[in-house]
Amino acid sequence: MALEILKPGLSTTVQDLGRPGYYHLGIPLSGAMDREALIAANALVANDDGDAALEAVFMGPEIRFTADAVVAVTGAELPPKVDGVEQPTWQAFLIKAGQVLSFGFLKAGARAYIAVAGGIDVPMVLGSRSTYPLGALGGHEGRALKAGDVLPLGPARRKPKPGALVPPGLRRPGGRDVELRMLPGLYWHRITEAAGRHFFDDVWKVAPEADRIGYRFRGGRPLDFLPREQPFGAGSDPSNIVDSCYPYGSVQVPGGTEPIVLHRDAVSGGGYFMIGTVVSADLDLIGQLQPHQQARFRAVEMAEALAARRERAAALAKLKAAV
Amino acid sequence: MTTRYAFGGDEHIFVEVAEEMSLDAFFKGLSITQAVRDSDIRGVTEICPANASFQIKFDPDVIAADDLLTELKRIEAATGSGHSTLATRIVEIPVFYGDPWTHETLMRFRERHQEPDGTDLDYAARVNGYAGVDAFVAAHAGSPWFVSMVGFVAGLPFMYQMVERAKQIEVPKYLRPRTDTPRLTVGHGGCFGCIYSVRGAGGYQMFGITPMPIYDPKQEIGYLREFMIFFRPGDIVKFKPVDRAGYDAAVEEVDKGTFAPLIRNVDFSLAAFHADPTATNAKLLGVLHGA
Repeated sequence: MALEILKPGLSTTVQDLGRPGYYHLGIPLSGAMDREALIAANALVANDDGDAALEAVFMGPEIRFTADAVVAVTGAELPPKVDGVEQPTWQAFLIKAGQVLSFGFLKAGARAYIAVAGGIDVPMVLGSRSTYPLGALGGHEGRALKAGDVLPLGPARRKPKPGALVPPGLRRPGGRDVELRMLPGLYWHRITEAAGRHFFDDVWKVAPEADRIGYRFRGGRPLDFLPREQPFGAGSDPSNIVDSCYPYGSVQVPGGTEPIVLHRDAVSGGGYFMIGTVVSADLDLIGQLQPHQQARFRAVEMAEALAARRERAAALAKLKAAV
Repeated sequence: MTTRYAFGGDEHIFVEVAEEMSLDAFFKGLSITQAVRDSDIRGVTEICPANASFQIKFDPDVIAADDLLTELKRIEAATGSGHSTLATRIVEIPVFYGDPWTHETLMRFRERHQEPDGTDLDYAARVNGYAGVDAFVAAHAGSPWFVSMVGFVAGLPFMYQMVERAKQIEVPKYLRPRTDTPRLTVGHGGCFGCIYSVRGAGGYQMFGITPMPIYDPKQEIGYLREFMIFFRPGDIVKFKPVDRAGYDAAVEEVDKGTFAPLIRNVDFSLAAFHADPTATNAKLLGVLHGA
């Protein structure tokens, strides 16, 4: 029971819910950029939440199945096809031994999750099957898939039901301009009051340099710094700090010009100041942003960040119940 | 030193022990993170020490952010200025300074550098007041370095030079970061040295390359079989200059699986170091070389 990769797509990796516990040594969480979409895809094929699936960016792979399987595609609107016949997204469908799964053009969002009943059974590395390409770790040989790769599948955990679907109101395919809620803090005190206002007033656009490590944004006004003598060891640029840890979702602004929001494959630390952190509830949204899409940042306090977290947990529970 | 606490979103508490780098700030952070680890607080998921700061990741569904903040402040107060002794290890890292691979890379990215006409070593020697590259290398390889943080990418050590501040090597980072750095490049930015554990982007000046792998995700190299990452915060490093022949020989040993890094256990006392850095370093190097 295996998947034969005929065409890899642009960058398709094996991802689960990640590899916590090694960030203090520079190994990031990794795992699905859009965790909700991964969990939804797994639910549709009767997998556990954290089973490994494929994350395809912008363009789908082409895969031949060696045995009958139940598959579901969620996340970005990337229409799946079985031997050329289009299948619905957010709904489980059957694929027979020898048939080929391929994809049409991306309609919305950025990352599609392709779950197969039983899960992708690559070896566990440090407790996860997620791929961390920068460290050549996990997934299939520590890298994005190539043509000719063969991925084993695990045994189905429960009997999957083709036709199971996520009701349209509970889907989040991406594609809309977003508002990202951010808790200001960390080194927020380094910028002027006016710069702080501009940051939230300005409309930002996703830059082409947007990947699993971080999403870069452009188009807003540069941030002005409050003057200070740089502390010993920090480096000479006003945006430099003595190299520190970087929270997931933290917003660093090298040189004060282009904010970068760190994501699942975050660099664990470095010497650029950060003005705050995007709340955990909104990180999935970032994973579905395409270059040139617009985003605004909105300041929130801890209470609102936690309310947003509860709201997402409730929505996910509702989704799983509906499936 | 004034400790500053900040929330990093709803899942992190970020703690700056001091704005500027010092061994005192590092030791204080190390003591607090050790105490946090020993406290085994429910809901704390990751404890990440850094140079002069640290970060705690937590699950807000298990522990309230404010409760964790209160607990961390209590631990800080109880820890005081921290332990100033450390049972650790000293490691000798061979370095081929001015090697052809970092040279090729630095030439390729010359337009991103402060001084397009020289090499990174020329530049670092000049801005630090050394007569030439040889004197600079002698200083770089002459004193031990303290691993004050592991991170950025998998297993990369940040290293703090163990000399009086006036003698510490400081260099700006590249004007714009490179998109490529050879694996195992020995670099320097601000006051920190580093070894790039994997090939990739980087902004530190490049001085040389070590033949000794420090990260092995396949865990095939003998000394990385138990764990894929070599360095831990608190390790002490001594660089040993090698020439091309020494580099090639070490690479061959690594490939054959016979390379064994020189590692000795040592006790380090911060108070003794502050009182007499030269004597403390001489003692450390004595242990390393079996004196």
